[in-house]
Amino acid sequence: MSEINKSGWKPEMFEERRRGDETFTGNKALMLEEALIFEIGDIHTTGVDFADAPPAASRLGGLERVRNIGLPGLSEPEAVRHYTRLSRQNYGIDLGVFPLGSCTMKHNPRLNEKVARMKGFADVHPLQPVETVQGALGVINELAFWLIDLTGMHGVAMSPKAGAHGELCGILCIRAALEARGEGRKVILVPESAHGTNPATAAFAGFAVEEIPANERGRVDLEALKARLGPDIAGVMITNPNTCGLFEPDMKAISDAVHEAGGYVYCDGANFNAIVGRVRPGDLGIDAMHINLHKTFSTPHGGGGPGSGPVVLSEALSPYGPLPFTERHADGYITLVEEETAGDRHPDSFGRMTAFHGQMGMFTRALSYILSHGADGLKQVAEDAVLNANYVLRNLEHVLDAPFAGSGPCMHEVIFSDNGMADGFSTLDIAKGLIDEGFHPMTVYFPLVVHGAMLVEPTETESKAALDQFIGALRSVAERAKAGDESLKTAPSFAPRRRLDETLAARKPKLVWTEPEPAVAAE
Amino acid sequence: MRYLPLTDTDRHAMLGKIGASSIDDLFIDVPEEARLDGTIEGLPNHASEMAVEQHFSNLARKNMAASHHPSFLGCGAYRHHVPASVDHLIQRGEFLTAYTPYQPEIAQGTLQMLFEFQTQVARLFGCDVANASMYDGSTACWEAISMAGRVTKRSKAVLSSGLHPHYVSLCKTMARFTGDALSVALPEFAGSDTKRLLDEIDGETSAVVVQYPDILGRIEDMSAIAEKAHENGALLVAVVTEPVALGAIKSPGEMGADIVVGEGQSIGVGLQFGGPYVGLFACQQKFVRQMPGRLCGETVDAEGKRGFVLTLSTREQHIRREKATSNICTNSGLCALAFSIHMSLLGERGLRELAMLNHAKAVQAAERLSAIDGIRLVNENFFNEFTLELPVEARPLVHQLAEKHILGGVSLGRLYPGEEALSNGLVVAVTETASDEDIEALASALEELLS
Repeated sequence: MSEINKSGWKPEMFEERRRGDETFTGNKALMLEEALIFEIGDIHTTGVDFADAPPAASRLGGLERVRNIGLPGLSEPEAVRHYTRLSRQNYGIDLGVFPLGSCTMKHNPRLNEKVARMKGFADVHPLQPVETVQGALGVINELAFWLIDLTGMHGVAMSPKAGAHGELCGILCIRAALEARGEGRKVILVPESAHGTNPATAAFAGFAVEEIPANERGRVDLEALKARLGPDIAGVMITNPNTCGLFEPDMKAISDAVHEAGGYVYCDGANFNAIVGRVRPGDLGIDAMHINLHKTFSTPHGGGGPGSGPVVLSEALSPYGPLPFTERHADGYITLVEEETAGDRHPDSFGRMTAFHGQMGMFTRALSYILSHGADGLKQVAEDAVLNANYVLRNLEHVLDAPFAGSGPCMHEVIFSDNGMADGFSTLDIAKGLIDEGFHPMTVYFPLVVHGAMLVEPTETESKAALDQFIGALRSVAERAKAGDESLKTAPSFAPRRRLDETLAARKPKLVWTEPEPAVAAE
Repeated sequence: MRYLPLTDTDRHAMLGKIGASSIDDLFIDVPEEARLDGTIEGLPNHASEMAVEQHFSNLARKNMAASHHPSFLGCGAYRHHVPASVDHLIQRGEFLTAYTPYQPEIAQGTLQMLFEFQTQVARLFGCDVANASMYDGSTACWEAISMAGRVTKRSKAVLSSGLHPHYVSLCKTMARFTGDALSVALPEFAGSDTKRLLDEIDGETSAVVVQYPDILGRIEDMSAIAEKAHENGALLVAVVTEPVALGAIKSPGEMGADIVVGEGQSIGVGLQFGGPYVGLFACQQKFVRQMPGRLCGETVDAEGKRGFVLTLSTREQHIRREKATSNICTNSGLCALAFSIHMSLLGERGLRELAMLNHAKAVQAAERLSAIDGIRLVNENFFNEFTLELPVEARPLVHQLAEKHILGGVSLGRLYPGEEALSNGLVVAVTETASDEDIEALASALEELLS
């Protein structure tokens, strides 16, 4: 061994530098740690001032709450700082590309927030007399008109609260229609690539669920489907475009076969963004489809909701749709069809599936989005969404395994797999590596039909420059995974937290804050 | 189009990279007969921000906003003052435009907030644990019945007559398809139906469902119902549609409720013509693995720092598929944030002050209104909402009040159409937003209309 460079770089120096990285507070400049409200607030503090209560004898019937509730309060400055600090530990569309496949994380126009907050919508009680809410009912009615027109369907149920609730609405329509026919069909067929909500919904509504396989091109295997059809099949639930980002070219043939066998076709409309303004599901023989207003029509996802899932219905299923709904009369006056008037106006309805009228705040936002885009803009939405996804596909197909790249273009999202990574490297490492690059990862390990799936949905609201940067980052991370770069295994390094121990969380669930055990005093 | 960043030059270059000659090449999988030529018929083209805003202003003006008039509507949705900072904070883009926190390293803001929210809800309801929210109170109510069925392996629920009729209606819809048996009854002015509930609980009962305060605003101790339910191996499900009440009255958990669900709208969310709202769902620790919905839990990261993740997801649809405890996916995250911020601003002291202010105003209003000739106060006790029995049918009267620009309450005729015994009932909610002048305006209008 040569004497030169014998000592190398002293590891202690590295350790010293590491220590220098730590700060007294744990903060790192703009990356600020934040304690829990239970640690910074107390039950005697409040950030809200009230007038004194007028004198009045208690009518609480001796049920006064005596014991402490344990709710800490914060003054307004403390609260504003607490939540502002927390917000900065989150990634949102406002910060950068959020290519979460099947989730359609597009820009949320702020006009929509503004109109939803107009007093005439935000400050209206759901049980006000109908003559005092004609504008609100007008919004519901107008949005309903657009949704019917855009989908080419017969009717629409506006009240479902989110996508899965919309699925439930559609499946209950199918149950009700079968009951009306005096048939007890019990099985719903669901492709193995379906969202988990599909089988869960069918089961929630009392159906048995059977899977139907995909073919090698990532589409529903039409022959396998046809072979399973029969008098016990209530219907199918199909996502189109599907969760591999592919249009089901046999959709009409599937619908015809299912109808022929006496069943109904439910379409999961989660991916409607790819075809809005260009294809009408009503032309494909679909009987029911939910529309996630928080996807295609840009109502904000808010860290997990609220959503809204209106369901468009065919002529065959419309009579069974839920209460309530709006009815516009010749003079323009709008009334509500509720339990009271259902007997005359909608006697076969399966009933109510939520209190009140649905997600009004989402209706205003979605309608604002639709009116802003118009027929031409919406068509452009679908085209740009599909263009962006294909651009990502063709820029990365030589770096990442793209299982369906050979079968033609994708729709609004593109699927890759972790096939070809170095031993021990997987989709998870690529996702975490993307975090360090300043991007939200794509959907991972879904759909289940592709091993180590990575589902990328850029949406139409990304510029070419943003896509080019994302493509560069994903290429770089993928190349590191192929080369077996160990540093990727510990990514993210620059996020507010390193990889979190999910096993520990599940093994010893700690779901609420509890007072720490008092420290034992030192001897 | 202001929301679409691609230029025609970009589109051209990108098509070139893809190797497509036109955008139509990317839609080749769509069968010919389903492809639209041109744009969708019947719809106008894009519009300016100003034009769209004007359209909504025109529509908004056709509504009678509760804040501009004396307003006394409740029955499951309540008008409260929400501090300005709440709406400001929920509009931070990092909250507003985030997704469900699937990547916890860059979602600690949402996750920590959910952990705090779960703790607040559990404590408010007197339960051990709470989830990260449901769609709303009504859907949470059915989820609770469904969960009680899983826990007890039974399928017969007894619903109190004081349960919100929309909630009952939803439960009937679901039960019709799941095969659960439901026992229901109509409310009566004579008193609550505790005796009926006690009589109906037996060894087949999965859940007894009691609303607190009930649809007529009455509050009643549910300890005896809890005891009878537990003796028979059934669960007590309590439903709270006005959580502010729990700043004044005992929590359902303290009285033995096993599952407590509720509508959280009243704190932080606003009326919004019925949605989006936020479903609250809490239960005792031993049932946690049968809970529906997302749960946030504490853990540590690779450096040992405290952090939060979604957990126990083996209950959920994205893992368990048809064997999941519920089909819920998206919940009410942003409304849960609004609830949690408002609750943090209130704190225990503020919540108690708010509750006492509501109660005192309601007591004053009840005294003033029931002193009117022919009007009788149905409730012996109440929190901020009570029922008046009028000498005439309440439903037309509500419209007459609206003509006088007073939103005078919810008529029981609207909620229970065709039920004559209830048709003279008017449910009046009085929160801190009702001024003395508002109460006097309602009283004078009633005096005039009934004279």
